[in-house]
Amino acid sequence: MTVRLRFFASLRERLKASAAERTLSDGATVADLWAVLCRERPDLETLSRSITFAVNREYVEREHVLADGDEVALIPPVSGGSQW
Amino acid sequence: MFEIVEHPIEIDVVTAAVADPATGATVTFVGTTRDHNDGRQVTQLEYEAYPEMALAEMRKIGDEARRRWPIAAIAIVHRIGVVPIGEASVVIAVSSAHRAAAFAACHFAIDRLKEVVPIWKKEHFQGGEVWIGTQTGEAFAPGTRPR
Repeated sequence: MTVRLRFFASLRERLKASAAERTLSDGATVADLWAVLCRERPDLETLSRSITFAVNREYVEREHVLADGDEVALIPPVSGGSQW
Repeated sequence: MFEIVEHPIEIDVVTAAVADPATGATVTFVGTTRDHNDGRQVTQLEYEAYPEMALAEMRKIGDEARRRWPIAAIAIVHRIGVVPIGEASVVIAVSSAHRAAAFAACHFAIDRLKEVVPIWKKEHFQGGEVWIGTQTGEAFAPGTRPR
């Protein structure tokens, strides 16, 4: 199956791309996709704990099983402003 | 009204969007770009969105606010792109029959927006730039991220 990827903000700049596609084996999870990306780009490993994922515009856990044609967004921490 | 715009936000228009003769209170929150952060002199801020999802998350915040408080209407408008210092990057307006609900719902909406809406802020300062939230940020489980 093939999934579409979207990158934003710091991740978009680091990868110098805002979109990509990857072909994965059936039954692959978000965690499997992340492992593929980290093998291609070992420097992504350090972001493991800070990236959140959305599939088809909904936040998902890493155990989420992907389907052909899914849009997977890699979401760096959002803009903050926790002081008020 | 839930919008992501690339031009200055007209605050009066957002407030007017929640006007209702059955209400006695309108609370408007205006988030503006600040000229300093972490001891740095900030020259401008730049926002980037995942627009389709950001709009969906903004609508969810509106739905949740309506479930939790007896409000009449809520509007959220976020600006993206470069926002010069002192201008509004986000405006939230809430109307209700009595003021307590509008204050509470508006406070909830801005806090929740900053937690879950996929919009990122890049700070440009003298001598550099940095994406805010990427330095120490931990991934969060939506809905459970500590306030």
